[in-house]
Formats: sequence, C-alpha cells, structure tokens
Amino acid sequence: MAALKQEVIALNGDEAVAYAVKQCDVDVVAAYPITPQTIIVERFSEYVANGEVDTAFICVESEHSALTCCLTAAATGARAFTATASAGLALMHEILGVTSGCRAPVVMAIVNRALSAPINIHGDHSDSMAERDMGWIHIYAENSQEAYDSIIQAFRIAEHPEVLLPTLVGLDGFILSHTLENVHVLPDETVKRFVGERKLPLVRNHEGKLVPFKLDPENPITIGPLDLYDYYFEHKRQQEEAMRKAYDIIKEVHEEYAQLSGRRYGNGLVEPYRLEDAEIATVCIGSTAGTVKTVVDELREKGVKAGLLRIRVFRPLPVQDIIKWLSDKKAVAVMDRACSFGGNGGPLFHEIRHALYDLQNRPPVINYIYGLGGRDTPPYLIHHVYQNLQKIVETGRIEQLVNFIGLRE
Amino acid sequence: MAEWKFTAKDFAQIPELFASGHRACAGCGPAIVMRLILKAARGPVIATNSTGCMEVVSTIYPYTAWRIPWIHTAFENVAANAAGIEAALKVLKKKGRLKYEHIDVIAFGGDGGTYDIGLQALSGAAERGHDFLYVLYDNEAYMNTGIQRSGGTPLGAWTTTSPAGKVIPGKTERKKPIADIMVAHEIPYVATASVSEWRDLVLKARKGMEVEGPAFLHVLAPCPRGWRHDTSKTIEIARLAVETCVFPLWEAENGEYKLSPKSKAIALKPELKKPVEEYLKTQGRFKHLFKPENKHLLEEIQKEVDRRWQKLLKQCQIS
Ligand SMILES: Cc1ncc(C[n+]2csc(CCOP(=O)(O)OP(=O)(O)O)c2C)c(N)n1
Ligand code: SF4
Ligand SMILES: [Mg+2]
Repeated sequence: MAALKQEVIALNGDEAVAYAVKQCDVDVVAAYPITPQTIIVERFSEYVANGEVDTAFICVESEHSALTCCLTAAATGARAFTATASAGLALMHEILGVTSGCRAPVVMAIVNRALSAPINIHGDHSDSMAERDMGWIHIYAENSQEAYDSIIQAFRIAEHPEVLLPTLVGLDGFILSHTLENVHVLPDETVKRFVGERKLPLVRNHEGKLVPFKLDPENPITIGPLDLYDYYFEHKRQQEEAMRKAYDIIKEVHEEYAQLSGRRYGNGLVEPYRLEDAEIATVCIGSTAGTVKTVVDELREKGVKAGLLRIRVFRPLPVQDIIKWLSDKKAVAVMDRACSFGGNGGPLFHEIRHALYDLQNRPPVINYIYGLGGRDTPPYLIHHVYQNLQKIVETGRIEQLVNFIGLRE
Repeated sequence: MAEWKFTAKDFAQIPELFASGHRACAGCGPAIVMRLILKAARGPVIATNSTGCMEVVSTIYPYTAWRIPWIHTAFENVAANAAGIEAALKVLKKKGRLKYEHIDVIAFGGDGGTYDIGLQALSGAAERGHDFLYVLYDNEAYMNTGIQRSGGTPLGAWTTTSPAGKVIPGKTERKKPIADIMVAHEIPYVATASVSEWRDLVLKARKGMEVEGPAFLHVLAPCPRGWRHDTSKTIEIARLAVETCVFPLWEAENGEYKLSPKSKAIALKPELKKPVEEYLKTQGRFKHLFKPENKHLLEEIQKEVDRRWQKLLKQCQIS
C-alpha cells in the first residue's frame, strides 16, 4: 500500500514530540519543565492556550506530582502523557513503579540527560537506564522523525488491553531535542484514527463482577491496595507476562503504522543496518546509531564487513532478535551511553552479552562506554571501535572487556 | 447553597459506603472519619488515600472496605492523586465521555501525609484550584509505621521518635498550624472538625464538596494505640480537645474565619473553657508531663493553647 502524502515540517525533537501528542487526542497532560525537555511543555502550553487541543494541561509543582496526576487520570479512564529528563525522572522514580504496578498506560517522553552530580544538562542515558526495572516499556528514537512516530505508536502499545503498561520514549537530549530536522507528519485525522479512543479492559472486582478497569461510581473498584505475600507475587508475575505480550504488540503496531506512514524501524524492536553479511558489529541505542551508520558505510567502501544492530526497544528486551542478528558475528562491541559503576560494564552490554550466553558458538562481546554528559562522539571514535573488533577477530584476543572512549584517561 | 438539613434518623439511613470488616483497631478515630465523610456525600464520589493506617486497614487484597471507586498510589502525593482524577473527569465530561453530571473527588491524608511529606503536593493542588475536598484525618503521629512524631504531633507528646527521655521530655516543637496555612492559600473553604461533633463534621464535609475549588477539612481523630488511651474513650477525648480549646472548631469561607457552635459557646462564655490538663491526663502519651519535674511543661502547654485560642478569637473578630 502506498504511504499517505505527508506534510514536511522543520521540527526539533521536542517539538516533534509535542506535535505527536497534540495529534493523539490526549485527555490529560501533566508536566514540569526541565532542560532539555522544556520545549515539549512550552509547545504544548501553546497548543492549549490557542485552543488547538482538548486537553487538560496540569502545570504541576513537581515531576512527582506530574506522573501521579497522569497515573490517576489514566485510572479514571483518560489518556495521559508527561515528559521529563534527568533529575525529573529520578524524582519520579517511586511513581514509575506505582504506575506500572497500577497498570496505568501512561506515555512519557524522556529527553535523555545526564544525572547529577556534577550537574550537567547534556545527553546521556543514565537517567532512563536507572529506571530499567520499573516495569515500563522502553522505546528509544534515533532521530526526531522516529521520536514523532514512536510517541504515536506508544499510546497504542501502552493502552493495548493485553499490555496495559506505561511506555517511555527516549530521545537524546540536545542532539535530538534541540536540533531542527525535516519531520514528516501524518494528517491529524489519520493519527486520531490510528490511536483511537482509549479502550478499557474488563477486570474482576472484589465482588467477582467483570467491570471496566477505571474509577467509576457505577462499578466501584479499589486500585492500589495493600497486597501482601499472599498475592503480590502473582501481580508482579502478571506484569512480566504483559511485557512478554508487549513484544508482539509492539511489532504489530509498528507494522500497522508503517503501512500508513511508509516508515519502518527494523521490526519495531531492533533495527539491523548492513548486518546480514557483517562479520563485526556494534550495538547501540539512540542518536549515535546515525553516526555509526555513516561509519559502517565508510568501512563497507573499504571492504570491511561492518554492521550495526540498533536496539529500539530495550524493555521488553528482544532476546530472540539479538540472538538472530548477532550469533554468527565474529566480534561484537556494545556501546553504552550510561555507566553501571562497579558493574563491569554498562547496562546494554550486560543484556546483550546475557542474551548470547546460551549459544554454542557465541561471539566475543566487548563494551564501550561513551558520551557521558553529552561528550561528543565523532566518527573517528566509532572507527576506533571497529578497528578494535577487527583486531579481536585477527588475534582471537580481547585486551580489555570494558572500555571508555572519547575522554582523558 | 442551602444548608443540608437532616435528622439523626435520616443520617443513620444513609447507606454505609465505608464498609464494616476493615482492620482498624477498636476505637479508631480515623475510621470514624472515613465513614462519616462518605455518609456526607451528595452524589457519586471517587476517593483517594495517602499511605497510612486508613489505606492499610481498608484494602488488604483481595478485600476492600470501599464501596466507591478508590485509589491509593503513595504517601506524599494524595493531593496530586485527586488533581489527576479531577482533571480527567472534567475533560471526559467536556468530551461527552462521562455519564455523570458531577463526581465529587475526596482526598484523605493522614497528618504525616499532609503536614510533612505531602505538603508540597497539597500546596500545589490548592494553588491550581482543583475542585476537590481534602480531608486531613489527624491522629497526630505516623501511626502506620509505629507512632512516630509528625509536624502535627502536639508539644510535649511522647512518640517513638520523640520519646519522653531523661533529658528530653517528649516533643519539643509545637503543632504546625496547618489549617491556617491552607487559609493562607486563599482557597474557598477551610474548616476544622472533631469526631466528637459528628453533625458539625458532616455539615462541613458537605460544604467542602459543594464549594467550587479546593476545600480543606482538618479533622481531629484520636488513635487509642498511639495516644495510649482506652478504646472506649475516643469520642470523649476528642470532645475534651474541643472543650479545652486544644482543638477549636471553626471554618473559613473565602478567608472569613467563623467559630463553629461548640467553640463559639466557649468564646461567649469563657468559664466553659476547661483547663488543658483535663485533656492531657486522659492519654498515656502525656503521662510524663505529670511528673513534678515537668510541671513547667504543663504550664507552657496551657500558655500555648491560650495563645492560639486568643489568636483565633481575633481571626474570628471576637475580642
Ligand atoms: C516515601 C515514603 N516514606 C515513608 C513511608 C513509610 N510510611 C508509610 S505510612 C507512614 C506514616 C503515615 O502517617 P500518617 O500520614 O500520619 O498516617 P497514619 O498512619 O497515622 O494514619 C510512613 C512514614 C512511605 N510509605 N513512603
Ligand atoms: S493505630 Fe490508630 S489510627 Fe491506626 S488503625 Fe489503630 S487506632 Fe486507627
Ligand atoms: Mg497519623
């Protein structure tokens, strides 16, 4: 099917997110400003002030309240969105777990930024990586176009009755949030139809009756009770099951969206780049993939069989895809824009290596920690990574498992 | 709005929305608050609680005492819970997706969840003007975690974090004037109430629901466990708090303070005002104050109660 004719507008990453939210018929937006997310809140305030949206915008007094408002709005049957970064996300931490535990399908944009201290406003992934285990679906965009597309998909994924999990969409602070890009936007009506009205699954209430899952005087339910050792574990197990189901739903939603827009990001969970016949590969998340793709092209020109696997969805971790794409490689380097201090490597490294562990012949997997606090990662650094991979293939030896690049040592 | 008129019999016939069978201790003051407030509902309600005794005793999964839609999320954010619900209801109504003309939103916070950790969310929600009733059920300590002091614990009281020791005789700080702080937010309705004056309490709760915008109701609710008194004395002690002016009853509509009948009677006839000792001696948490070496503390507490009472009389323009 031919993709729809789309308007092209110059937007930075934050504006692309705000634009997508405007089109998704969101009922409640509650947010608190923090660099580099501020533009999202400002643009959205303008949409509200100009009557372009039918959204209750709650300009809260903290991120903790921002996410709380979204959570209870979602529990009331509304579609809710928030956005934050860095310290704001850290302040929300408690409520991230409460949101997923209450199965409130809130969508949140994270404009990835370094964590304090020392205070730094630039991009890295330490903020959202610290929220890895809070029961949220994690989607990371490579560019502003993908940020736009991912926000629209996120509502469908989060609210899917089989999923019902909050979903975050990460985009790199400044690199994406503050850089203009030509973004193709779908017509308002198309997005509205794609996202649809929020569907409410039926749940069994305390009287054994099946009722819509929302705070409704006609069918009262209790949300967020005290839940001790006799049931808590089963409820946590259900969250894990929802994550498993999310894998397929993410794929389906991504494909349906691709039919409309003509834009595809791999299978929706991972995006391989010149990987099929590659011998050496890097794995990364976010905007750095753009740089890596350029480097891969340069290497290919020279006959080096280099490739890239971009992880678009980090939770649920697409283990089968990771195995499929990396198992036959001769050496793999995982790029982490976050550090797990004392953890022998970054979070992505741990997970990629873990996914490959059971293979008979697994490739050597090394780790590069790069770009903390927004440190630039130019192509020559990526070249350096591939050179090291070539050396590992030649010598069969790993000199250093966990490496830091692009800094004074 | 016309004042709600009812007889005790009418009131008894209102269905119980806070069901029996919850796990609160015998004689629990806060449980009386939950029950009375819900009986004051004028129509459909959604309620939310902060973490604390009332949340814990009422919702041990798979049971619930709430015959209304209810949600708990965390300790410090119950006002934000209410804000999110209220905003959602408004927009759903505007979009034609709500089948009710109006739903009242009630937030229940303990003293810990209000004076201390929840003050920011409460202040923010009040400033933004959400239409909800906030009920502070004040049992004057963190009871759920084992009787620790809060900003609402009164001067001199023993708690497990303000123990009556050899050097420090209980809490050395005064109770934060939380209701005045809420009046200072210039919200349409603020009132104090006591579980002993149930009619006054439910009338104020109803008013709080009826006003447009935030309403704050501060209810004194004795806790036999934490205050160290017999479970049969809850109402008696709450009444003594009013009669000694330790906890006067008043309301402020649009910032205009007005004494409620029980306290007004004392203002008009000062000889009705009982000495604070009569209240203190009913509770184990003040026991140490009656040792001879702590006599000065009793005087200090009486002075403090008198000072606040005088201040309130001025606020109510009674001199
Ligand atoms: C962020 C956070 N800090 C601490 C706690 C532990 N905690 C749970 S309830 C509570 C005290 C509640 O006191 P209050 O609000 O007065 O309610 P009460 O139990 O007295 O009814 C505390 C400290 C918590 N749940 N969350
Ligand atoms: S400890 Fe106090 S507040 Fe808590 S349930 Fe018992 S009596 Fe009620
Ligand atoms: Mg308390």
